[in-house]
Amino acid sequence: MKAATFDYAVAKTVAEASALLASSGAAAAIAGGQSLLPMLNLRVALPDLLVDIGRLHELKEIAATSSTIRIGALTTHAAIEDGKLPEAFGGLMQKVAAKISYRAVRNHGTIGGSVALADPASDWSGCLLALGARVRISGLKGTRAQPIGEFVLGQYSTSLADDEIILGFDVPRPDAALRWGFSKVVRKSGAFADSIAFAVARGRGGPACVVLAAAADRPCLLPKVAERIQAGNGSEDAMRAAIAHDVAEHLPQDDAYLLRLHTSTVLRAVRELHAR
Amino acid sequence: MKSLTLELNGGTVTHEVEPRETLADFLRERCRLTATHLGCEHGACGACTVAVDGQATRSCLRLAVMCDGRSVQTLEGLEGDPTMEVLRRHFHQSHAVQCGFCTPGMLMMARDILLRMPRPNAETVREQLSGQICRCTGYSGIVTAIVAAAQELGGPAGQTT
Repeated sequence: MKAATFDYAVAKTVAEASALLASSGAAAAIAGGQSLLPMLNLRVALPDLLVDIGRLHELKEIAATSSTIRIGALTTHAAIEDGKLPEAFGGLMQKVAAKISYRAVRNHGTIGGSVALADPASDWSGCLLALGARVRISGLKGTRAQPIGEFVLGQYSTSLADDEIILGFDVPRPDAALRWGFSKVVRKSGAFADSIAFAVARGRGGPACVVLAAAADRPCLLPKVAERIQAGNGSEDAMRAAIAHDVAEHLPQDDAYLLRLHTSTVLRAVRELHAR
Repeated sequence: MKSLTLELNGGTVTHEVEPRETLADFLRERCRLTATHLGCEHGACGACTVAVDGQATRSCLRLAVMCDGRSVQTLEGLEGDPTMEVLRRHFHQSHAVQCGFCTPGMLMMARDILLRMPRPNAETVREQLSGQICRCTGYSGIVTAIVAAAQELGGPAGQTT
């Protein structure tokens, strides 16, 4: 037994979860616990109350409308890997899910937990940013929604208030076949990423979005690279120049290795998109 | 202390537990089921892998209280399990065991792989086992054993994943 002592309560409703979280100065919500348990075991996280939100049915909703895919916060990486979403965005989300940590972790780790933690090296905040997702949030004052790019504020920092939890995500359905590329550099499969790149475009000449994660304190957009994809012409040298320009904007310091690393992941993602 | 009732290896057990107790500690200390080994206690090594509601789970990354009402299977509960029996024999034949510390986790994960994938090849097995750490064998014997067990248990030849 390694964790320090804490109290534990299972929330039976979303409202009760918020009330419990607000009842203590150092309460923390736990869903799958796959990031929180290591932090508890290492005593990096020291909550006095854990509020288990893992049994809230509202957070398990997976639904599709003509314009949106709703993904409940408690959807596990393994469920996405196994194709349980009604729309997997051309297979992008399945591919991303399958590369997160290890299967035993994916069986319990949730998409909501991953985004709420806001680890800069996490996959989902970057992927959902590339897909234009909105975060649905519930707290004592009611529910609200926010674009994920505004929700994630920095390293382990989000706009969640103490009493708020993520209900899930609304991801717009692509109006044309989604072309995408995804590249990730890890020291060993399942380890934390050194660099992650997502490139998506709706059809040919449609809006494109390119995201680099695990580089700065939160996933960042690469607008010049996206413009080049949308324009659909130009040499690879021009693409490399656009990548180098955008990546340099977000690197904390001038580091030749990091610039080369992130340039490669973005270039691989762009090449994969072009091949689709 | 919280009261916890779960199904463990086919029987029902009830214990009082501290909220901070992991499932691994619960299994080893309260239930005296010591096949589940604890290596790193932060999800990196895979030695403590068990099944919760049939899904491979790191028991060091699960609080025991979170398993209230769930079904937990450990290696002890899989004696006579058809997949595990074949795996055990191939682990023996391929010398997939050296010091044995990682073996329970390896067997639990190997069974999970074979239940999800009919005939995995060596490359798939290596990828799927990347969360299980063995510091003795170099993995060759382990991968050989799992592939051989898959061939014995799996569907028609030629069908690989």
